[in-house]
Amino acid sequence: MPEEQKPEEAQSPGPAPVPHTPPPVQQAPATPPAAAATPPAAPAKPTAKPAAPAPPPPPPVWEGDLPSALKDEFGERVAEFIAYQGQPSFVAPADAAHAVIESLRKIHEFDYLVDITAVHWPKREAAFDIIYVLYSFSRNQRIRLKIRVKEGERPRSSVDLYPTANWLEREVYDMFGVEFDGHPDLRRILMPDEWTGFPLRKDRTILDMDNRWVQENLGIESGQ
Amino acid sequence: MAETFLDSTELVLNMGPQHPSTHGVLRVIVKLDGEKVLGTDCVIGYLHRGVEKLGENRTYQQFAPYVDRMDYVASVSNGLGYCLAVEKLLGVEAPPRAQVVRVILTELNRIASHLIWLGTHALDIGAITPLFYCMRERELALNIFEKYCGARLTTHAFRIGGLQYETYDGFEKEVLDFCDVFLPKADEYEELLTGNRIWVDRMRNVGLLNATDCKAFGVTGPLLRAAGEKWDLRKAQPYSGYEKYDFEIPTGDRGDNFDRYIVRMEEMRQSVRIMRQAVASIPAGPIMAKVPKVIKPPVGEVYVSIEAPKGELGYYIVSDGTTLPYRVRVRPPSFVNLQALDRMSKGALVADLVAIIGTIDIVLGEVDR
Repeated sequence: MPEEQKPEEAQSPGPAPVPHTPPPVQQAPATPPAAAATPPAAPAKPTAKPAAPAPPPPPPVWEGDLPSALKDEFGERVAEFIAYQGQPSFVAPADAAHAVIESLRKIHEFDYLVDITAVHWPKREAAFDIIYVLYSFSRNQRIRLKIRVKEGERPRSSVDLYPTANWLEREVYDMFGVEFDGHPDLRRILMPDEWTGFPLRKDRTILDMDNRWVQENLGIESGQ
Repeated sequence: MAETFLDSTELVLNMGPQHPSTHGVLRVIVKLDGEKVLGTDCVIGYLHRGVEKLGENRTYQQFAPYVDRMDYVASVSNGLGYCLAVEKLLGVEAPPRAQVVRVILTELNRIASHLIWLGTHALDIGAITPLFYCMRERELALNIFEKYCGARLTTHAFRIGGLQYETYDGFEKEVLDFCDVFLPKADEYEELLTGNRIWVDRMRNVGLLNATDCKAFGVTGPLLRAAGEKWDLRKAQPYSGYEKYDFEIPTGDRGDNFDRYIVRMEEMRQSVRIMRQAVASIPAGPIMAKVPKVIKPPVGEVYVSIEAPKGELGYYIVSDGTTLPYRVRVRPPSFVNLQALDRMSKGALVADLVAIIGTIDIVLGEVDR
């Protein structure tokens, strides 16, 4: 496993600048210069086109003691410090996540892990965002840490830092199939143990059941 | 040493899923040494309806009634959290009048939720009378909901951007009447229970969970406050204008079942205080902010949480700029709090396990979603 993780570590700074939010911002200014090469279409389009790229301005940067302390400690590995709608968040590579969370817990007094959840982006190479919501009682501050993991990649479990991560990580596994390395008891939690498939992945629709399970356990012929 | 049939051995026992004291369909596998609990494992998910998946397949407005079905005894709080989260995504704020009405209904719902807890918990312990009294007063609160929006339980009282309905004639008076009726009744419950020796013996020093453990397990709400931590999101990070109201955060000092009971009783009185101030300060004006008919929030993600009767209720919503949310995550307080059951019940007796499950105040609809 460690040998496999090393190449990812080298790769992760690569995929990092292609998160889901910046692309529209980066691509939008990139298209007008390219479109300038074809002037005939330009006069007609500007009315429709600039209207679309205009709304997403880059989210405000999250500045302060905490981002600079984290940058000092982890350097290039922590990035994308933004405060969208006043809510601070940042991104770290999957293999550094545990160290970052440990630092937040032990040095920066984030003593309450509010939530762990995930988002599935099937078209991206790193198909899953894992989101940690952390809160500090002494600072009265809530922050979000996002890591991006590929299909089959196993981020390290946070149960050793926060016991509450136990069920939260089980739910992420249950719903998305992301396995956490070092979790003491990684079983399904909301779905039945024998269920196959991960319901919250985007390739499952709300009508997708585990038909075999439904037929066997509920006696419904159609499996729906 | 030869074993005889009298030698005690460990016993694994199933409680539930149809056990009446689990307040729904919760199965607890208990490992026992005689009557002493060695450890527990919760099996949940019997009420799983895939609320988060449904959210991805409904528009922002269509999903709003679904959230009421999670914590169905505190549906107004669920709706408030969801509306605040979507409003944050859109960058709008409900008008002042709507905010005050929201506070009144949410606090009324907090009392209704705590009353259900008190009645059913007393029933678990073996006291039948409080249940009838609690239901009687809760009925008054539900009547106000019914008159306001037509529903008693799953109210869908709020809309994204404010309120759909203006308050009815006599709303303020009925809320104040409720406050006047409720306070002496709350004293009556306390007379029945607080000094009652059976009640105290069953509750004192049972289900201990200190503040450090609460934070480690992510336990919030009355359980955290009973452990002595003066933390309430309405004060720590006010929303909907809670900073304008004068109220206290009740706390306990030991973090046992009895403290949780005292904290919840006091919280109901504080809710009355908030409601009285709110009724006195309802401003005139619109009840709906300018929100487009088709809600298409800009690309982005927010996490918004409120102090629900059971603890921190959070919504994490990711928008991809379309009419459907890309992802709706609900951070349910019951689910997270239930995880600490194992820590609280180690070394307790089986009968106390029932009392401990009761004081966490879980609603399985929210645990399983």
